[in-house]
Amino acid sequence: MSALVRLVNVSKRYADAVALQPTNLSVECSKTTVLIGPSGCGKSTLLRLIIRLIEPDSGSIEFNGEVIKPDNIDVLRHRIGYVIQEGGLFPHLTARANVVLMARHIGKSQEEMQSRLLEMCALTRFSENLLSRYPLELSGGQRQRVSLMRALMLAPELLLLDESLGALDPLVRASLQKDLKEIFAHLGQTVLFVTHDLAEAIYFGDEIVLMNEGRIVQKGSVTDLRERPADAFVSEFIHAQRGIPIL
Amino acid sequence: MKRIWKTGKQERLFRSLFFSCVPAFLITSSSAFGQPVVIGSKKFTESYVLGEIAQRTLQEASGEVEFRPGMGGTIIVWQALKTGEIQVYPEYTGTISEEILKEPGMHSLDSIRERLRAFGVGMTNPLGFNNTWALVMRRSKAERLGIRSLSDLKKHADLKLGLTHEFLDRQDGWPRLRERYALPQQDVRGIDHALGYAALATGEIDVKDAYSTDAKIAENDLFVLADDLNFFSRYDAVFLYRLSLDDRRTGLLKTLEGTINETLMTRLNAVAERTKDYAKAAAQYFESHGKSNMIYSESFSHKLTRWTLRHLELAGFSLLLSVAFGVPLGIVASRGGPIGQGILGFASIVQTIPSLALLALLVPLPFFGISVRTAIAALFLYGLLPIVRNTASGLQDIPRSLRESAIALGLSPIVRLWAIYLPMASRSILSGIKTSAVINVGTATLAALIGAGGLGEPILSGLNLNDHITILEGAIPAALLALLVQWFFDLLDRVLIPKGLRL
Ligand SMILES: Nc1ncnc2c1ncn2[C@@H]1O[C@H](COP(=O)(O)OP(=O)(O)O)[C@@H](O)[C@H]1O
Ligand SMILES: [Mg+2]
Repeated sequence: MSALVRLVNVSKRYADAVALQPTNLSVECSKTTVLIGPSGCGKSTLLRLIIRLIEPDSGSIEFNGEVIKPDNIDVLRHRIGYVIQEGGLFPHLTARANVVLMARHIGKSQEEMQSRLLEMCALTRFSENLLSRYPLELSGGQRQRVSLMRALMLAPELLLLDESLGALDPLVRASLQKDLKEIFAHLGQTVLFVTHDLAEAIYFGDEIVLMNEGRIVQKGSVTDLRERPADAFVSEFIHAQRGIPIL
Repeated sequence: MKRIWKTGKQERLFRSLFFSCVPAFLITSSSAFGQPVVIGSKKFTESYVLGEIAQRTLQEASGEVEFRPGMGGTIIVWQALKTGEIQVYPEYTGTISEEILKEPGMHSLDSIRERLRAFGVGMTNPLGFNNTWALVMRRSKAERLGIRSLSDLKKHADLKLGLTHEFLDRQDGWPRLRERYALPQQDVRGIDHALGYAALATGEIDVKDAYSTDAKIAENDLFVLADDLNFFSRYDAVFLYRLSLDDRRTGLLKTLEGTINETLMTRLNAVAERTKDYAKAAAQYFESHGKSNMIYSESFSHKLTRWTLRHLELAGFSLLLSVAFGVPLGIVASRGGPIGQGILGFASIVQTIPSLALLALLVPLPFFGISVRTAIAALFLYGLLPIVRNTASGLQDIPRSLRESAIALGLSPIVRLWAIYLPMASRSILSGIKTSAVINVGTATLAALIGAGGLGEPILSGLNLNDHITILEGAIPAALLALLVQWFFDLLDRVLIPKGLRL
């Protein structure tokens, strides 16, 4: 099994606190790796380090065997999709313009963009009729579908989702979870998925990475976490979210 | 204020369009070959009229003649002549020796001429009248008290004197007059020239200072007290001109020597004040000399168009500059840090300088002087702050999540700025530009103070003539223009702010 992303001793601290202790992590190809942990444990920091919104203090990050550096990050960003909780859609652009923004910028042809766009609409179950709407004219669920289309438009090798479903109401969230899982399976997509919701982690996670206070505490399947917890925090975290049908 | 009579309507329109897209220094540089001769005048009726007369006279020569009436006081107009900003203006021998050369005793024309030559300035012979200071009283009161001369004032210590501030302050004014005639009056107050006449009529004051050719003397039936000790120096009207002025034009100016006596000048001043039309008063001069019966009088609509176009030119061009510099500065300022703070600080400080003071500060600088570009530069600086501040705050208000989304997508910094950040900040930037535009349209009325024209021109001459109608001729269109600008920018909002931001 090959790793698409590999973090080696990566750490990040802010003036007042360590956001990420020196950390090693591999994100396997064609799998969904879920980062889970309490709020403030460093999940977003880890994602933001990969897409280089922030610079690591130490260590290195490899993408497909290539060390990510300031001079290759622009190209690499085209190969990574990133969706945040708020969606990150630009309000002055229509759904269509948001989705094709990057494709247009790197000079894809009109036909190519149009066919890819329709493909994305079908994949994410987003009505083509809504493409000319502005973000403010869309529901929360629709907006996240558009964000997803935008992230997938250039067929990225890696998809980073930072609590992308976190702001949706339960019904919409459930339907989007289902669609997402299908999409990932259909595309054989490599995904690094951040959530603080254990049920969601279990639903998506081929591999679950549990974090706490800037460290990875345990990595494995849900069964591993439940039956062979690395420490007290793991079992506490698993049992805190009661009522979840743990498979 | 540029009056180029020989340009047609279309050309004028073209000029104003042209002006709004070419840098100011290209247009207003007056040193270039083939430029029109520029006549200036001071800011009072007689100077306006003499300027008009010179203008009509010089039009006999080929080439354009430009007239900038009401540029300001002696120092400003002299400075403009000295630097070649203007080539001709009417002056008085007394003022030249007292104020310009600072040689109060210098009376001979030859010695004055000699001294002026050092500045590259020439002087015509006197035009024929002596507009000196005088003290005046109501004729009835003077007759009742038997006062005929300044010496007679000694016997009436209880008379109330209302003198202009200039007369009170000047070297050759009140302090030495009082000394020379040993005047005993205690009740001496400073009062505005125009208001002084009203105060004289109501009896609030008994004596005031005046110019001997002042139209108000005849109008109000005032009595000029004889200067029996020959205290006042002579203020013979002359034209000063650059010695570099060509012979033909110099010759034309000299045809005016000795052609205006006190009676005629008083009458011309009266016509100017009555009709509020200096060109008409000048025409009377030519009429009286049988030179021409054609009165060049500009129609009101023509004048209004001229003022408004110039006003828009001033406000529009300065706004363009404010935008061209303000938006990039705002972008830099939005990044914060010492440079950002510095930019915002500078723009704020400029705004705290009173607009009049800003003009006054720019005038003595080498590149500026009395010119349209000074007005544009001042308006440009004034319009800077709202644009810089709104651009910076508009950019800073973009949520971090959206900034980061743009970065994470892999858009280059330029594209991020151009395609994402600026459109998102467009509402704030446009509202800054609107604020600047409205400020500029209002402040541009001050441009008339340095002869740059616009709707401030009628306001200024109205103030000078104490004529409310003329003031309104400028004030109303200026107010309407500000409303129009406001409305235009509201419209522009709808075009320029992306639809997605207006939902
Ligand atoms: N820009 C920042 N400045 C200072 N501290 C930060 C910053 N961003 C994150 N942190 C801190 O780093 C830690 C990890 O944050 P984050 O990765 O966002 O956590 P989460 O797991 O909830 O996504 C938190 O303690 C947070 O307060
Ligand atoms: Mg987070």
